[in-house]
Amino acid sequence: MSIASHALWVACLGLPALAADRIEGPGLGSPVSAQSVAARNTSIYPDGRGLPEGRGSAGDGRLVYQQKCASCHGERGEGGSGGHLVGRGPLTGSDADKAVGNYWPSATTLFAFTRRAMPMDAPGSLSADDTYAVTAFLLYLNGIVGADEALDARSLPAVRMPNRDGFVWIDAVQPEKPR
Amino acid sequence: MPPVNPSCRAIARCVQSGGAVRAFSVVLDCADTMISPDTQREHSAAVAAQEALSMERWSRSRLNADDQAPVAGGGLLDRRLFLKRGLVFSGAGALAWSSGAAGADQAALPSLRVPGRGFSNYGQPSEQEKRAIRWISANRAVPGNGVSWSPLHALEGIITPSGLHFERHHNGVPDIRIDAHRLLIHGMVERALTFSLADLARYPMRSQMLFVECGGNSNSGWNKEPLQSRAGYLHGLASCSEWAGVPLAVVLDEAGIDPAAKWLIAEGADAAAIHISIPLKKAMDDCMLALYQNGERIRPENGYPLRLIVPGWEGILSIKWLQRLEVAAEPVMARNETAKYTELLPSGKSRMFTFVMDAKSVITSPSPGDTLRSHGLYEVRGLAWSGRGRIRRVDVSADAGKTWAPAQLQEPVLPMCFTRFRIPWNWRGETAVLKSRAIDESGYVQPERDKLVAERGRNGYFHYNAIAAWQVDEDGEVTHVYR
Repeated sequence: MSIASHALWVACLGLPALAADRIEGPGLGSPVSAQSVAARNTSIYPDGRGLPEGRGSAGDGRLVYQQKCASCHGERGEGGSGGHLVGRGPLTGSDADKAVGNYWPSATTLFAFTRRAMPMDAPGSLSADDTYAVTAFLLYLNGIVGADEALDARSLPAVRMPNRDGFVWIDAVQPEKPR
Repeated sequence: MPPVNPSCRAIARCVQSGGAVRAFSVVLDCADTMISPDTQREHSAAVAAQEALSMERWSRSRLNADDQAPVAGGGLLDRRLFLKRGLVFSGAGALAWSSGAAGADQAALPSLRVPGRGFSNYGQPSEQEKRAIRWISANRAVPGNGVSWSPLHALEGIITPSGLHFERHHNGVPDIRIDAHRLLIHGMVERALTFSLADLARYPMRSQMLFVECGGNSNSGWNKEPLQSRAGYLHGLASCSEWAGVPLAVVLDEAGIDPAAKWLIAEGADAAAIHISIPLKKAMDDCMLALYQNGERIRPENGYPLRLIVPGWEGILSIKWLQRLEVAAEPVMARNETAKYTELLPSGKSRMFTFVMDAKSVITSPSPGDTLRSHGLYEVRGLAWSGRGRIRRVDVSADAGKTWAPAQLQEPVLPMCFTRFRIPWNWRGETAVLKSRAIDESGYVQPERDKLVAERGRNGYFHYNAIAAWQVDEDGEVTHVYR
């Protein structure tokens, strides 16, 4: 819509105040190919969209965890200079403790965060297989998946986190059925 | 090596022994649950050592305060007192101005006799102001993961100098080449587009004075005991700048938004690759692609060369080093909107997408760490702000909330911006408890701590905005109390 036609439209509605608010730029954005978008798009959604190919189990992940994670998060996810990763306790009570197992609502979030931001001295360096494996190992430590259960782009979104329905949206409209 | 909060080491030790470090949350969680009395003392000593602000300037400004009728308990005076015609400094006060040694030696000042220094390409604060600094608290193992607080107690007016704007980094400050940086807009749009900074610089710009506040600001308030620190090091994960840039709606319109889209995912180009979900309506309403802060290009630690500014909402949304915007139907459920920046309630349920920063105020002067050196007239000064719009009123109490008087709000009073408030106070040497209470234009009233804790419990961690209480004892020492 040109500025002139926009102004006309606004004038017809009798809302001149809006005319100044909705301005148009010089249109300098460069078109970008789908491939380039895909290369930069790192979003991973709870339904699994964005998950890469690959797979790994807790058994595979134990070694990855020991090599890449344990120095900050402890041998069994108990924490160190990095946060603790294991928690099964209730979220009520004065000493309620939030960790992956009892607090995080989506398993895909654990994968996505690990893939993009961990380990902190070399973020983004874990392969897809290693990320699935270490995710499986952490879910295993939290009692959510079995030791031999392999996770991939299909099975990871199907993991039901215990606190999936534990959140109430405050300043956004919450869908009736959690995704 | 920048100055570091000396108590960081103590906190790191205590975290080590406690065995649980949760990055940023860690340091303050630790202060909450594990900090020892020794550490508290070390903290207090560190604060005193970092800054020993003199209160002498106050003692000089003595008016005939005893002649004024208080408007509330504890000696609060009419907010217009300083504006009244004919009010003059008392003889004693005037004498104090002119009889000091410095005054007597004025004629012999070396600066009158020796040529001064030359010009500088970029000015720096006086060498004598080295105590007005951000206070750093970072993860020992990952120096780029932590926070630094703005020294609100050492500042005046409503603008935070760019070099003192608070920081919250998850994995350090990236070095980004402005010429190579490209913002990508994609997802539910008619056409995916990229923009260089040179492109964006040609778009129509606007500037707006806005606060940015971390969702974790003030969170030592959840502690069982009041942490003794300076006002800025308790509440200074909030800062206020004039941000300038391009209205976000302009470039989103250019990409063409799918009418079914509801959310916008914003991502930074730092080593934490922070990404976050923002309702599209807010993005179209008043968000900004900011290129400038306080007149100059945004500082690296505040997002150079491009920062998303989300007015009035929690700081994590104002993505620094912005590199990607994805228009989407739903939130991405990133770690920083699920595991963090959500607030656990006593019921076991948690508040999520708590975007709006509720109204808050804090008295910056006098404040903990200050010592009032003489009785008489003081100006109680502070800052108030609200994510819901303008501050309508700030009430101040000098008797722990038994009685209140309205403070003067200094213009400009702008939406989602720091507002400076002031009220004269005649301190006669009795113990006093100073409080401030902000009320915004939506009618929201800043709550007392008891009420907030009753509603939210003490495990919410984020969005603490209760009234703060500073106690002035008979010796003039100011401490942080829960009253």
